[in-house]
Amino acid sequence: MLDKLNEIEKAALESLSSISDQAALDAWRVANVGRSSPLMGIFSEFGKLSKEQKPVVGSAANRVKAALESAEEGKSKELKIATLAKSLAEEKLDVTLPGRTVKVGKLHPTTQQLRRVLDILAEMGFQVYTSREVETDEMNFQMLNFPPHHPARDMQDTFFVEADNRGDNPILMRTHTSPGQIRAMRDASRAATDPLNPPSIRIALPGMCFRYEQITARSEIQFNQVEGLAVGRNITFADLKGTLADFVRRMFGEGARLRFRASYFPFTEPSAEVDVECFVCGGVGCQVCKNSGWLEILGCGMVHPVVLQNGGYDPKVYSGFAFGMGPERQLMLRNKINDIRYFWGNDVRFLEQF
Amino acid sequence: MKIPISWLKDFVDLDGLSVEDMARKLTLAGLEVDEILYAGLEMPVYKEGEKHEFKTSGIAWDKEKIVVAEIREVKAHPNADKLTLLDLFDGQQEQVVLTGAPNIFHLKGTGMLEKPIKVAYAKEGSTLYDGHAEGLQLMTLKRAKIRGVESYSMVCSEKELGIAEEHDGIIILEDEAPVGRPLADYMGDAVLNISILPNMARNASVIGIARELAALTGRELRKHAQADRYTSKHAQADTLKPVNELVEIEITDPELNPRFVVGLIRDVEIKPSPYAIQRRLKLAGQRPINSVVDATNYAMLELGEPLHAFDYDVLKERAGKKKIKIITRAAKDGEKLTTLDGSQRTLTSMNVLVCDEKGPLSLAGVMGGSESEVTDKTKNVLLEGAAWNFINIRRTAKQHNLPSEASFRFSRGVHPALAEQGVKRGLQYMAEWAGGTIAPGLVDEYPLKPKDPTITVTPHDVKRLLGIDLTAKKISELLTRLEFKCTIDKDKVKSKTPPHRMDIAKGVVGLADVLEEIARGYGYDNIPVTTMADALPPQVGNPVHEWEEHLRDLLVALGLQEVVTHRMTSPEREGRLLGSRLRPEPNNYVRIANPTAPERSVLRKSLLTSVLEIAEKNARAESIAMFEVGPIFEPNGNDTSTSSHRPDVLLGERGLPNEPRELAIVMTGARLASAWDVKDSPAFDFFDMKGRLELLLSGLRLTDISYAAAREASTPYLHPGKAAEVKVNGQVVGLFGELHPLVKEKFEFGESAVSVAEFDLDLLRRLNPTYGIKSVPETPPIYEDIAVIVDDSVEASAVESLIRQTGAGTVTAVRLFDVYKDEKIGVGKKSLAYSLTYQSDKTMTDAEAAAIRNKIVKRLEHAVGAKLRS
Ligand SMILES: [Zn+2]
Repeated sequence: MLDKLNEIEKAALESLSSISDQAALDAWRVANVGRSSPLMGIFSEFGKLSKEQKPVVGSAANRVKAALESAEEGKSKELKIATLAKSLAEEKLDVTLPGRTVKVGKLHPTTQQLRRVLDILAEMGFQVYTSREVETDEMNFQMLNFPPHHPARDMQDTFFVEADNRGDNPILMRTHTSPGQIRAMRDASRAATDPLNPPSIRIALPGMCFRYEQITARSEIQFNQVEGLAVGRNITFADLKGTLADFVRRMFGEGARLRFRASYFPFTEPSAEVDVECFVCGGVGCQVCKNSGWLEILGCGMVHPVVLQNGGYDPKVYSGFAFGMGPERQLMLRNKINDIRYFWGNDVRFLEQF
Repeated sequence: MKIPISWLKDFVDLDGLSVEDMARKLTLAGLEVDEILYAGLEMPVYKEGEKHEFKTSGIAWDKEKIVVAEIREVKAHPNADKLTLLDLFDGQQEQVVLTGAPNIFHLKGTGMLEKPIKVAYAKEGSTLYDGHAEGLQLMTLKRAKIRGVESYSMVCSEKELGIAEEHDGIIILEDEAPVGRPLADYMGDAVLNISILPNMARNASVIGIARELAALTGRELRKHAQADRYTSKHAQADTLKPVNELVEIEITDPELNPRFVVGLIRDVEIKPSPYAIQRRLKLAGQRPINSVVDATNYAMLELGEPLHAFDYDVLKERAGKKKIKIITRAAKDGEKLTTLDGSQRTLTSMNVLVCDEKGPLSLAGVMGGSESEVTDKTKNVLLEGAAWNFINIRRTAKQHNLPSEASFRFSRGVHPALAEQGVKRGLQYMAEWAGGTIAPGLVDEYPLKPKDPTITVTPHDVKRLLGIDLTAKKISELLTRLEFKCTIDKDKVKSKTPPHRMDIAKGVVGLADVLEEIARGYGYDNIPVTTMADALPPQVGNPVHEWEEHLRDLLVALGLQEVVTHRMTSPEREGRLLGSRLRPEPNNYVRIANPTAPERSVLRKSLLTSVLEIAEKNARAESIAMFEVGPIFEPNGNDTSTSSHRPDVLLGERGLPNEPRELAIVMTGARLASAWDVKDSPAFDFFDMKGRLELLLSGLRLTDISYAAAREASTPYLHPGKAAEVKVNGQVVGLFGELHPLVKEKFEFGESAVSVAEFDLDLLRRLNPTYGIKSVPETPPIYEDIAVIVDDSVEASAVESLIRQTGAGTVTAVRLFDVYKDEKIGVGKKSLAYSLTYQSDKTMTDAEAAAIRNKIVKRLEHAVGAKLRS
């Protein structure tokens, strides 16, 4: 019996070693450890054995059974690993094939830039104030110290709106967001409980403005502007410099150098242009900065006494500053855009790059 | 305006300052130097990576190679008729130089010249502009044989030296020019091209720029050096009749003509001006004409006072035996004058004329008349210097499209004091360059003297507005440099405006004007950088703006691309949408009075058309899903309130259009982004749009939303079967659907349907969002599907709302998952399959759910004749 057991074990292990798939292994299990396997036959013949033989053969048969079962388990693991390896090899992708995308939308680049500007200004206490795009000459010019026929009007070519009998106060497309300065000051000074003591103002005025131009790569009939206005007591030109230095650092980076250059705007005095060191060439001189090393990015100045007065603020007591910038110009400088028509052209191949 | 450095040096010592130093100081002080043009002076050499400061052009003249030389004889070229050979001495040795210059050709073969001709001589290896090339091209002089004669050097023209763009013969220098001297030392120059700001008219002159440089460097302005010559060198001939015996002046309106001055010079010789004068005029951008005209232009450029020269004998002839009477007056409507550009101009009463008793002579301050202009035959010159109303000149110059050097200055305001100085200076230069004798005296009519305000400024004012601490003495010093007359009384500085500027007002505005001058003189860069001490005002936010930004974010999250389009369009462009509008209205537009193009002649009334136009332009993209948020413009006869802006009670606000805010969406093309394994994506349709609108409204936290088929009249541009209105709280806030095929045809779109939506944002924004959220249930839900067969005409929304009503409290979600039509279920019938979610506070049993389901089915049977599909 013991010899027979040894033979069974040897034959079973031998046949196991040549098995290479799960089906064969299943068949092997039935043949070698199944109910009608030779090994099980030994167990069924157990009764025929003598008392002495029983324990000897019993333990030998159990050992063989355990050995075969563990061999089967080992084989099964081996087969699984082999199968997995095979399927992994078969599932190999060409990882250089393009990915599957989804359709996404984006904000228009000018909205993105307006947000950048307004976010910085908001943190500096300048709150958004919006006002209308079609304006009167009075609000767009006269209140801002551009008298009728004043030469300063040559600086802002204007679209007029058809309207009858308005004399020196025609309706027009606003040429800047500055009429909002007057509206905001009037809102505040008229709401003040003490008319001689209106509240301080700190606002940002974003919006679309219009100039009479031919549309070319360099000029557009409409453009966004963001102005800042601060009115209060003891606001100085030095404060203007400090505020814009903060703004420029946030907008153009900590190392951005800036300079103030005297200029002229009818609604501010003293007035200045702010140049930031060219971030394209680092100030060495390039086409973008026209070899000057500087980029003109802001116009600013102390609010003109006439403007304060028109807003309901006494220029002997109050002072303030205003500054203005163009988000499109900033985008053009920042992104090497050489055609301003891209913005309102809205070609998706342009828009999707932002 | 172009200012040669050499000219500035007549008035201010610029030693130790480089051209860039000057340009930088001027630029920072508001006189922006756009470009520096070198004509001889040494140019800065920038190494790689070194900072440039200014746009520069032109050339430097090599001091070794380009010198003053003299031509001693002009000989014939042995093999070429049009060329000559010059015997020339360059200070060191004799040279033979080949030239084709026409302006010495007549001396060919005349032997040794009695008086040698001084010229600019360039030796071998010099770098010059190529005189024969188109435009400005640099070349280096090389040895070459021209028609058998060796040539290695040249006598230069102005173009070759970068002085002027024309090439008409060689430069002939003054007789005094020292032979052998480097030309750069003799007449090397650089020109600053400066932008003159509208409030800086006083600086549209050489002396104006010199004054600024003197003030900015603390140097002396030698402005009297020239004026002294008028009285000393060319003392007026006492033997001549004084001018006031020959001419009288009548000013009819001093507001238009505050001052009018004339002087007279006799027996002038009309000839070319000295070369140095011509060169300066050319560098300053003026064409030299003759000694008399050049004198008026030169004096104008130098002082800033435009002058006008009359041929005295023409006026005398016109006056007959009488004394010449010059009258200034407004023109009569329709009056005619031929200006010296040869064109006959019809005038209006807005224009001002200088006349004599016979009629108009010139268009005041803008352009002279042709009859009395100076010609080659002129002998005696009556020179006018005047002051005019700047607004009037500006309007006249615009009306007649006559921008001139004179109108440029007069339209910005020229101080009347300059009229007298200008006439004297002009006469003096004529006497110097054209000979002649100045008649004694001037006729000077000066009815309206400017105020030249005195402004009191204190250190406190300076501190309050500029934020810097300056003593009264320092304030006075800065202003005195600009020729303000200052007196100090304790801490008050009284500053009298100098009589050359018109930009200083009175009172509180004048104070701002003077503070600006103090700031410029002190230097903007020297003003410190501080933080506002004024308290931060209360922060209130801008709900309208913030809401719109939120809306944009929601739309972008739905996969829509934002576009921003032109506000200006045309009725024809919007007409493609069949005049459809969210709010139907007559075809009246806000019209632009001066449009740049017919296709941009009105303000848009349909935001949707704008977005459709952009979608059309992008039609080649595989799919388009875009939106715009912005205003449309509606004419508003006399209403003073606007829906998008708080009303203002200002006079004159009447008639401003309304500017309501809208949202427009356009979707067309493929629903899915194509990829190598995603092909034939279905196209966007009505329900893609509707799904996004549902998400948008829920993103805005609106709940009481319903949809209904739109009335055709309100949406004629939409497919009549695929058009819907969106109601929130029962109010229509938007319309959407697929474009009507006939409308779509008018655009160049692809095959797939074009879905569009329009919303009135002013309505939408005012709706109250839902308060609170639904809690997440803790009991397990029961899911069940039911399908009912109904008539095709029954709207899905009706079935759904019946289910919701009947199941209220327990049916928490109803989702339509299938719509099925087939003959098997009957013709004109459809099957709607819903997935229901039952849920209540307690765990529900299947039996409880079944009871509710039966109630729902019964209700549907009764209400819409539905049958449960088994
Ligand atoms: Zn640069």
